Amino acid sequence: MLTLRQLETDLIGPITVSIEAGECVTVVGASGTGKSLLLRAIVDLDPNRGCVSLGSQDRSSVSADQWRRLVALVPAESGWWADRVGDHFEDETKAAVLLSALAMPDALDWEVSRLSTGERHRLAICRALHVQPKALLLDEPTAALDDAATERVEMLLTQQLSLGIPILMVTHDPRQAKRLGNRTLVMQDKTLVNSEETPA
Amino acid sequence: MSEYVTLSYWDLAGASIFLIVNGLVSLKLQLGVERQLLWSALRMVVQLLFIGLVLKAVFAATSPAVTLILALIMIGFAGREVWARQDRKLAGIWGIGLGAGATMFGGTVVTVVSLSMLIGPTPWWSPQYALPLFGMVLGNTMTGVSLALDTLHSRLYRERVAVEAQLLLGRTRWEATGPFLRQALRSGFNPILNTMAVTGVVSIPGMMTGQILSGVDPQEAVKYQLLIMFLIGGATGIGVLGAVVVSAWRLTDTRHRLRLDRLQPKAA
Repeated sequence: MLTLRQLETDLIGPITVSIEAGECVTVVGASGTGKSLLLRAIVDLDPNRGCVSLGSQDRSSVSADQWRRLVALVPAESGWWADRVGDHFEDETKAAVLLSALAMPDALDWEVSRLSTGERHRLAICRALHVQPKALLLDEPTAALDDAATERVEMLLTQQLSLGIPILMVTHDPRQAKRLGNRTLVMQDKTLVNSEETPA
Repeated sequence: MSEYVTLSYWDLAGASIFLIVNGLVSLKLQLGVERQLLWSALRMVVQLLFIGLVLKAVFAATSPAVTLILALIMIGFAGREVWARQDRKLAGIWGIGLGAGATMFGGTVVTVVSLSMLIGPTPWWSPQYALPLFGMVLGNTMTGVSLALDTLHSRLYRERVAVEAQLLLGRTRWEATGPFLRQALRSGFNPILNTMAVTGVVSIPGMMTGQILSGVDPQEAVKYQLLIMFLIGGATGIGVLGAVVVSAWRLTDTRHRLRLDRLQPKAA
């Protein structure tokens, strides 16, 4: 279970919420309300206050680099630092399995400069999953994808949920929120103002 | 050895004719650099005439306090210059403090060691040796430090998404910024490496030329020039390494975050 207690930064919060093991919580809200900042605060990428824990493990008890291996964030804009796709993965064998699930089996040898926005998104998801995190945060993971690619990504996320991984996902797509989300949180004016059950 | 030929002010005026021709060409072709050329040349003339007078007085005084004050003034100008040459600067006191500190540390350590242990004038801080040596070392260190910091800050700013992508995969701040640190170090070392590569083959350095023109034996001039090049290389290395490591430490934190909020917004 991923738990946030009074989590705040200078721009958002305080926010208190728990996401159960295997639960997918979607975050919706207008642009600029702080959805992405919330995800960054959870992985400790921006200075923040409050408590975050995963199961019985408190974030403050581990180093930030270890924490980010436990709680993975796939941001809306993916970053690349090498020319070859495969050089962004620690273990290419594990990566190959995930890439096959997203219909990109030979992507490891592709050049990053030739990737489309959609390919970058899918590869960024594989990159985050291949370190086998215990919780997953996603910022509009299918915003640039066509229907077929979106379906593959959602299948991969459903697999993660079945393994007991809690997922917190920012989306602008209400249908996707219904398909994947057990609950929906609404961000407004950079704070959490409402939480409602998503109809089954 | 041939005797020393003194220069008159008419000789200097004659030499400046080539610069004036450049200015006229710029004016004719509307290149727009004539005003800058004139201003830079006038500024250089005033600075050099002034430092000539100052050095004459300081050499005559032979006072450690006066020597130290002049060295501190040089450090102040070097720090200001390092700060001004960066597109994106560290915010607050770090902006000018880091450049000045790194330049001062590299320049001072190397100059003091060379004066006290290698050249050995009496006294060791003799302004006739200390100030020109410090000036040469400081000037080159300043160039290296400013290039390195400018490269580091610009690259980290431009590649922040790539740096954060690595941090998100569980890399430490040093692993994620490592390639940019290496680029900044290379950039800081480049001027001295390029100079060393062509010295004696393409270019005869200014100090050596000056010594030869004033009648010093070329082999003695070469020895001094080699000493200076080693000192400049050493001081640049110390200054650049210190500046880059401290700046990278400042632009990240112990929770392995990239702290670009500690950079000053770029001036328009």
